[in-house]
Amino acid sequence: MHNFLLLFKETEMVNMRKSGIDNTKRTGLFFVLPFFILFVILLIVPLVYSGYISLYNKGLVGGNRYVGFQNYSTMFHDPQWLASIAHVAIYFVIQVPVMLLVAVFVALAIDSGKLRFPKFFRIAVFIPYAVPAIIGTVIWAYFYGTNYGFLNQLLGYIHIHHVNFLGSPMSAIGSISALATWEFAGYNMIILYAALQGLSTELYEAAAVDGAGSIRTAMRIKLPQLYPAIFLTLIFSIIGSFQLFVEPLQFNILNPTVVNNYFTPNVYAYTSAFQGNQLNYAATISFSLGLVIAIVATIATLIGSRKGEKLI
Amino acid sequence: MTKKSNFLTLIMIIVATYFVVPLLWVITASTKNTTDINSTFGLWFGKTWHLWENVRLVLTSDNGIYRTWFMNSMIYSVVGAGGTAFLCTLAGYGFSKYQFTGSKAIFRIVLGAVMIPSAALSIPTFIIFSKLGLVDTRWAVILPSLISPLGVYLMKVYSDTSIPNNMIEAARIDGAAEFKIFRTISLRLLMPGFVTVLLLSIVGIWNNFFLPLIMLSSTNLQPLTVGLSIWYSRANSGGSGSTPEFQAVVITSAAISLIPLIIAFLFLQRFWENGLSLGAVKE
Repeated sequence: MHNFLLLFKETEMVNMRKSGIDNTKRTGLFFVLPFFILFVILLIVPLVYSGYISLYNKGLVGGNRYVGFQNYSTMFHDPQWLASIAHVAIYFVIQVPVMLLVAVFVALAIDSGKLRFPKFFRIAVFIPYAVPAIIGTVIWAYFYGTNYGFLNQLLGYIHIHHVNFLGSPMSAIGSISALATWEFAGYNMIILYAALQGLSTELYEAAAVDGAGSIRTAMRIKLPQLYPAIFLTLIFSIIGSFQLFVEPLQFNILNPTVVNNYFTPNVYAYTSAFQGNQLNYAATISFSLGLVIAIVATIATLIGSRKGEKLI
Repeated sequence: MTKKSNFLTLIMIIVATYFVVPLLWVITASTKNTTDINSTFGLWFGKTWHLWENVRLVLTSDNGIYRTWFMNSMIYSVVGAGGTAFLCTLAGYGFSKYQFTGSKAIFRIVLGAVMIPSAALSIPTFIIFSKLGLVDTRWAVILPSLISPLGVYLMKVYSDTSIPNNMIEAARIDGAAEFKIFRTISLRLLMPGFVTVLLLSIVGIWNNFFLPLIMLSSTNLQPLTVGLSIWYSRANSGGSGSTPEFQAVVITSAAISLIPLIIAFLFLQRFWENGLSLGAVKE
């Protein structure tokens, strides 16, 4: 090993003498190559393969047969798929604004310097993010129980009994939103808080001299400068919310008729693949979902960038 | 110093309650038996102290499968995250300090991949792995978790800011080979970034559910997340073989599974805050 390194060093030095300092071009490739090879095998290939098999169907006698875009036209006319898309769209519209409002409020409150015990609040809001989604869902499932659930226990004190939090698609979406806000608000809060920490304090001091209170400072000076970071959290939220999977899959056990096995596109793809044995259709669902998410996230990035500041 | 506001603190206490109560609930519930869980107040202890009995049941039910799940989670997280952090550090450093043919284009592609949802890849990866005979092996969970475009981006930004270019130039003039510069100088400076990516990947892999769920069929290869879901279904499905007394075991196993992560987060706070804030910095 040591000899090898010495040898390597010598050849490197010889090369350097030949071409001067700028002989680092191929070396850079060696640093990137291990990652990039796996990146191609485990990300690019499955992505392309997914698009490829979505154009095929299982033939009657076995083997796959090319069907063009037939799976896609089936999908667009599939009421179960349309319902799953509607569910995540409603979920996105309800959950993301609420979660980001909470995250912005908490970040501004901690950054304001007017809060007692700011460190405690930062950790308290963040810690659910460290909880695996499946464990969070199990805990909240015990909150939502119709008979003995914790929330019904609390409501019992004001004589409201047996509320079914997963009783209809809309209340299930609401219940999942409350759980997801608990899970992810802290993550977004930390990103926003870090962005606030990076802002220059000169403006606040100038504002304070001009007699602006802390609420005014937060709304007029901090918030506008926070837009790029808010956009970043919005993009992560777009990617996350359309992929909703663990929570509805688990709530399916509690109420299989409402939180059914096509409640979200990912749940539907999963059940198509592993219960219905329709791998081609599952690939069609997940490929189109991935495509839509990537396009929406890219558009959001472009809009965000146009506002003058580069996001990523 | 700004004057502290009691009103703001009060509002934040209400907000924080929402985030803390589920954790308090799972901790108190883990000390009760199933009857007490269903009948006594959720945020206080039950009539009997059942914690040690619950822990014993968690560790011994199904011939102690919980310990196997726990070890599996450890193996997947440590091997997967170690590999990820290593690959990301090399690649991020390569993108940061070298310009080779196509380096800009490749970096763009990697950055674009941040937008691709992991769920879109799981099913095709499953089909490919089943053709290669990798399904239901540890590799089926470890290999896909090695790829982290976000980690590469974080390490590139970290290299840009933490390793001065003229330090590398100076080492070159002294005749040091490129890999020796990396090994002896750069790697040490990159260590905080390495730990950040390591920590974020450990959490990501520890929490992963979809990938092991579809890749593994053997119960004794599953990580904690899928294992817990298996037990939860058994306690709640209401069908044959369901045992209501099992609720306490499910809740206690959930509570125990939280401990390593919460410890990691509290003690390594500096590192994850670094990572998340690096994601938010503008170039």
